[in-house]
Amino acid sequence: MPGPAGDGGAASAGRDDAHKGADVPRDGDAVLDAEFFLRWMNALAQAVNREAARLTELDAAIGDADHGTNMQRGFTAVTAALEKDAPDTPGAVLMLTGRQLISTVGGASGPLYGTLLRRAGKALGDEAGVSRAQLAEALRAGIAAVAQLGGAKAGDKTMLDALEPAAVALDESFAAAREAAEGGAAATVPMLARKGRASYLGERSVGHQDPGATSSALLIGTLEEAAR
Amino acid sequence: MRMLINVPETVVADGLRGLAAAHPGLNVDVENRVVVRGDAPVAGKVGLVSGGGSGHEPLHGGFVGVGMLSAACPGEVFTSPVPDQMARAAAAVDSGAGVLFVVKNYTGDVLNFDMAQELAEDEGVQVAKVLVNDDVAVQDSLYTAGRRGTGATLFVEKIAGAAAEEGAPLERVEAVARRVNERSRSFGVALGAVTTPAKGTPTFDLPSGELELGIGIHGEPGRERRPMMTSREIADFAVEAVLDDLRPSSPVLALVNGMGATPLLELYGFNAEVHRVLAERGVPVARTLVGNYVTSLDMAGCSVTLCEADEEILRLWDAPVETPALRWGR
Repeated sequence: MPGPAGDGGAASAGRDDAHKGADVPRDGDAVLDAEFFLRWMNALAQAVNREAARLTELDAAIGDADHGTNMQRGFTAVTAALEKDAPDTPGAVLMLTGRQLISTVGGASGPLYGTLLRRAGKALGDEAGVSRAQLAEALRAGIAAVAQLGGAKAGDKTMLDALEPAAVALDESFAAAREAAEGGAAATVPMLARKGRASYLGERSVGHQDPGATSSALLIGTLEEAAR
Repeated sequence: MRMLINVPETVVADGLRGLAAAHPGLNVDVENRVVVRGDAPVAGKVGLVSGGGSGHEPLHGGFVGVGMLSAACPGEVFTSPVPDQMARAAAAVDSGAGVLFVVKNYTGDVLNFDMAQELAEDEGVQVAKVLVNDDVAVQDSLYTAGRRGTGATLFVEKIAGAAAEEGAPLERVEAVARRVNERSRSFGVALGAVTTPAKGTPTFDLPSGELELGIGIHGEPGRERRPMMTSREIADFAVEAVLDDLRPSSPVLALVNGMGATPLLELYGFNAEVHRVLAERGVPVARTLVGNYVTSLDMAGCSVTLCEADEEILRLWDAPVETPALRWGR
């Protein structure tokens, strides 16, 4: 996939530059409030829009060619819901987002992403501001719920391959989390799919990047944008 | 892309509006994407709810009616419906006798129906679930998401639907549905790839002169690609694959199913070959159904499903049914 890889590289370079300029000082001990989480979800919605065709293309190779379309539908609903009635705590932003995804996406992505964000939101409770370490901890709770729901583990060529290393790296910084997620997504290329529709392809799933891991890298990558 | 559509975004809603226009006996909620038989809830009757991605028509909306499904939930194209749809359908068809969810074994369908079961039970609806997983083409099912649900879905919906229509209680409807699934196996073949409206180009590249053996119903490629074979050779291969897994000791129900773009002339010719192989293997055929029932949009190809029948299965298969796509005996 020379095209998408090239695009991703260019986008990363752009983010790195910006990161050097503004992000570093705020990424240490900043308190993340509801505004931050709203910015995060909006940046994610935009990233999903931007990358929808690529996600669908990746899904066509080993799935059923709808991951981008489905995520786009979900995040359009999320954006509308957050605009209509913006929650005032980080946990509530993630819970509302998760509920919207479950109600609009369908497929496996709806329940899995919905559960990830709802569970993470629940773990944050009703605090008005949380630390990056608390967010990392909450994401790990969400990831555990996803693993349980889907019966998958790292190495099965799923979203977990991007999320698990990212949630560990998030203790360090947003940038480290993004790099870990992108690396995790790229690492799914040589894997044999064990879960989801790609698993029906057996050996033929090898050589393609997992679309779920790719969208998960967007979820993590946009944290950095929201922190700016 | 040449498709008889307006825009990809409204394909499912447009189809539902047309289904409603053709079948006034159905209660079609286009906005919430639920198709319910017009007389639901039927007093004392177990509700039968199924659903899955759109693009497999007439499955499932075309099987809503007397003697089959009480309600269907169509998702986006090849995408499972969301839990809200299923919970809404369950509420609409529950008369107090409970509801059976018929779920095809795909990760998305399973997860969403699981969540729907929780929602429905919170509302006081008793829910049982049966998982359809008949596709023998999925190998190493211990290491994958398990066998796919394909053609046997029609057998399960028809036979469990007849049991529910007779007034059987939920546990009996569930038991017969489970038995039909356990006794059914399928194998599918693609002669061309599928084009989804959202993507607009074929999801896999199948050069002319080749075919895919062991395909699913979502345009996912098969397990193996070979140079084009004759109908006779395909029947040998497909029926062999099914019988390797299912060794019926009683007459079978046979479904020769078109994937959407293969003419009935070819399907009937293929059916003749299927009957020939079965006769050679000493397997009597009790009933045969030929047509486009569990389709995959514009994919060319077919699948074979066999169900090892017993007396009750046969009786329930023959029971009257009146739905848009399947009707007899009334």
